[in-house]
Amino acid sequence: MSAAASNMTVDAEPREAAAWLALSQIEDPELPALTLVDLGIVRFAKVGADGVLEVGLSPTYTGCPATDYIGQLVQNALRQAQVGAFLVRQVLAPAWSSDWISSDGRRKLATYGIVPPDAVSSARELKPREIACPRCRSTDTECTSQFGSTPCKSLHRCRACREPFESFKCI
Amino acid sequence: MSALRYVLRLGDLSLVLGQRLGEWIGHAPVLEEDLGLANIALDLIGQARLLLAYAGEIEGRGRSEDEIAFFRQHSEYLNPTLVEQPNGDFGETIVRQVLIDAFQLELYERLAVSSDERLAAIAAKAVKETRYHLRYSSSWLVRLGDGTQESHARVQASLDRLWPFTVELFEEDDLDREMAEQSIAPRLADVRVGWSKRIDEVLAEATLDRPRERPYSWFGKRGQHSEHLGYILAEMQHLQRAYPGARW
Repeated sequence: MSAAASNMTVDAEPREAAAWLALSQIEDPELPALTLVDLGIVRFAKVGADGVLEVGLSPTYTGCPATDYIGQLVQNALRQAQVGAFLVRQVLAPAWSSDWISSDGRRKLATYGIVPPDAVSSARELKPREIACPRCRSTDTECTSQFGSTPCKSLHRCRACREPFESFKCI
Repeated sequence: MSALRYVLRLGDLSLVLGQRLGEWIGHAPVLEEDLGLANIALDLIGQARLLLAYAGEIEGRGRSEDEIAFFRQHSEYLNPTLVEQPNGDFGETIVRQVLIDAFQLELYERLAVSSDERLAAIAAKAVKETRYHLRYSSSWLVRLGDGTQESHARVQASLDRLWPFTVELFEEDDLDREMAEQSIAPRLADVRVGWSKRIDEVLAEATLDRPRERPYSWFGKRGQHSEHLGYILAEMQHLQRAYPGARW
């Protein structure tokens, strides 16, 4: 093994840590309350045998228009963090699930006024959910649209306080 | 190149239907449905992008998903004829959507275990989105079918009009058989059983009658289309045909 290659192995851990730190500071463009790491879309940040730091990202929805933009944000952040040679690639399998939103992320969503998804979603069928109003906590709510301002959210209305709100879909 | 044709069939279905649904943007009955239909269109175009990018890799001539979408003639499109049918009124769009959502759901659930890893990954991703599409479309079909006399009559008429196009979805040709033999794709007969059950359930709840089967079939998935596809492509491809390679 050449000296350069062995140096890269030594360097691997701090480079990966620097990448995770940089990624944990990027806000999601549609949900600024959450970082990309909170959302669970960063699959891995690993230095390979060739010394290239590989970062895997999973799209939340196949047609999410923010996917390309997020890729650019990640490239910029990694460049600024000076993590060395890196490669960002899309990871499809296993498919991203709302189950992967961190507990920190769920808390931040709730504080932001968006009902977080269930901790575990069904792999086969959509279960009916009881959704509590994020403002007054009443469960007397109705779904006004299954598709909200972004593909990942649905629109609701609270019958108690009459306020509209959004909920993150289980997927 | 059988796999290429099969992947094009899947991708073209999503692309053409996504393009059709996009026509509703700014025209849906209320804002919520405008958002709903636009979101479904986005998911479909996202699926098309993944599938056509894969088709480009199988083809091996370096064509991107955009080049495949924008520079093929209508006879090279392999989508089933149902998805290119005009939107009609909101009810007719919903009927077409229920018929296709149930088909895609049953198909993707089985494709998620395809021997082709890439197709399996795309299907496993898409199936989650498709569950939401079917929930949306079938809840509207129930409201319209079990709604007023007028809404009932209109969606029943739409169902009668679109039903003959569903024959093609399940008609197994040599390509379908080859894909099934290689465990790349499921048997269409199996997909039909699952589809039929879902459709019967939603039609019963919507108080609609299942139309009688007729033997006549369309052949969009072999490249023989109705007159409507040409108009869709003219609109969708115009900019790239006029200014090849134009970028934002």
